[in-house]
Amino acid sequence: MAEVLFARPKALLDVPFHYCPGCHHGIIHRLVAEVIDELGVGEITIGVAPVGCSVLAYEYFNCDMLEAAHGRAPAVATGVKRVHPDAVVFTYQGDGDLAAIGCAEIVHAAARGEKITTVFVNNAIYGMTGGQMAPTTLIDQVTNTSPYGRKSAEAGLPIRMCEMLSTLDGAKYITRVAINNAVNMAKAKAAIKKAFELQLSGAGFSMVEVLSTCPTNWGMTPLEASDWLEKNMIPYYPLGVYKSPEGGSK
Amino acid sequence: MAEKVLMKGNEAIGEAAIVAGCRHYFGYPITPQTELTEYMAKRMPLVNGVFLQAESEVAAINMVYGAAGAGARVMTSSSSPGFSLKQEGISYAAGAELPCVIVNVMRGGPGLGSIQPGQADYFQSTKGGGHGDYRNIVLAPNSVQELVDVTVLAFDLADQYRNPVLILGDGALGQMMEPVEFKASQSKAPEKPWAATGMKKRSQPNVINSLYLQPDALEKHNIRLQEKYSLIQKNEIRYEQLMTEDAELVLVAYGITSRIVRSAMEKARKNGMKVGLFRPISLWPFPEEALQRIASRVKMLLTVELSAGQMVEDVRLAANGQCPVYFFGRTGGIIPSPQAVYDQIVTTYKKGGK
Ligand SMILES: Cc1ncc(C[n+]2csc(CCOP(=O)(O)OP(=O)(O)O)c2C)c(N)n1
Ligand code: SF4
Repeated sequence: MAEVLFARPKALLDVPFHYCPGCHHGIIHRLVAEVIDELGVGEITIGVAPVGCSVLAYEYFNCDMLEAAHGRAPAVATGVKRVHPDAVVFTYQGDGDLAAIGCAEIVHAAARGEKITTVFVNNAIYGMTGGQMAPTTLIDQVTNTSPYGRKSAEAGLPIRMCEMLSTLDGAKYITRVAINNAVNMAKAKAAIKKAFELQLSGAGFSMVEVLSTCPTNWGMTPLEASDWLEKNMIPYYPLGVYKSPEGGSK
Repeated sequence: MAEKVLMKGNEAIGEAAIVAGCRHYFGYPITPQTELTEYMAKRMPLVNGVFLQAESEVAAINMVYGAAGAGARVMTSSSSPGFSLKQEGISYAAGAELPCVIVNVMRGGPGLGSIQPGQADYFQSTKGGGHGDYRNIVLAPNSVQELVDVTVLAFDLADQYRNPVLILGDGALGQMMEPVEFKASQSKAPEKPWAATGMKKRSQPNVINSLYLQPDALEKHNIRLQEKYSLIQKNEIRYEQLMTEDAELVLVAYGITSRIVRSAMEKARKNGMKVGLFRPISLWPFPEEALQRIASRVKMLLTVELSAGQMVEDVRLAANGQCPVYFFGRTGGIIPSPQAVYDQIVTTYKKGGK
């Protein structure tokens, strides 16, 4: 009998994604789903979807889900977790969602040591609304609302969420990964798995920031986008573990 | 019979919520409702409940959204400026049809306004407040005992219709002390097979959502919501009327104002004026038909509110031109004295009706 080497994770429903070709959202969904399968927690997992390109995440994950208002996923997840302390509760949020409108909610969920896991997709731009500046947009990066490039004098400097949240005692595991090549993808999956495991052990708040691409709004091919991520995003947003029970490696 | 205890309005709401089986409370301090938040902080841990002080009203209402979506009986409370911040979450909860109870102990506005009692959040509460076509059930008690009874009822109605229910109090009611009785509650949350609890042995995921990207699907959702609201309008109208049978002038007032107006009415009766009182308890659904019937036989209506005139618009719609509708209101946290309302009755009588 033929052996199955590669199949769709059980934690993903059998429906096609709506994401643009080359967009990393699809890959990150898959990594989260594989982790849910490997930990065998599909029946006790409750996800909270954001507003952003991944607004339809609840149509893809094969687990109970809530759709939150823009930026409010950590507060919604808090409500869920306080009702079901034994559930695995995760939020999936973009950088506009988490670092702009929802900045207070993520900071305070982390400060409370809320026992949830946040998968934070940083593509340095607002995808869904068509490519506007995000708090994570790099200096001189051109977007629809920074058409002459982001200037620090007007728009300030990009926020590094991992660095910021790792100063909070309630945050137990804060790490930044990327999806630009196979090695980094494997590291990203290991990080998501560790974050879920720490939640299961009751440690506290965990967040995995995933540097990812938006080929459509960056105006690049998927390969150019991966290249741009490596050359421009990683130097400003260094990969690595910012905080973990064993200490940070950065 | 249960024992009567002397309690502050705000605290009575908290105890009533616990009696109704509420074990999750998310709030943020604001005068004049802070005693309710503090009461929950004290009591919830003693009944194995969850009290959480959120970082803002925005977060609190979204925690309510999460907890309600996860199947719990859940409450939040605030006062006017904080209630404004909750509107985003209330629209989402209405869209996702989540049962929850939201208390607004109203104060003067707009803006920071004052910390004195007000009734100027009527429009915001009964006409939507947040975006989209939705309605909240809005209950407006006028005594500490009724705060208790209405709070228990609010949880039942929320679950029955899968809808947010607002309790509209005001600074005076929240702060006043009166004897109350907590009857053994029959209130019980129904099974919630739709809630996000983790799939366990279920084959399909449960999704709590208010997003419908296809126009057809969203219109269908809205039509269904409107049908639900029609059912609520049919079944959940609550009001009280006093001496309206032979009345020539009927006063219309809710909440704390209805009590002042009542004293004025009694004085007017003593002095030979035929005055009655109509008190909506449900502000939405508004007791339109009952008021319409009264308007058809009285000479005039006089609406009294702690606002520049908000409920009076619904009173005019109900009267539908059958008799003149007069208005008397104070703002700024000033509660008119019974004498001031009495004087207004005399002046209104002179103006005449139909
Ligand atoms: C309150 C509110 N403000 C604005 C919007 C519009 N909006 C939708 S998605 C989005 C940006 C999302 O960007 P991000 O979180 O970076 O996710 P991405 O689309 O890049 O995956 C905005 C501003 C909204 N839906 N709600
Ligand atoms: S717009 Fe950007 S982030 Fe959104 S799906 Fe397309 S590539 Fe992905």
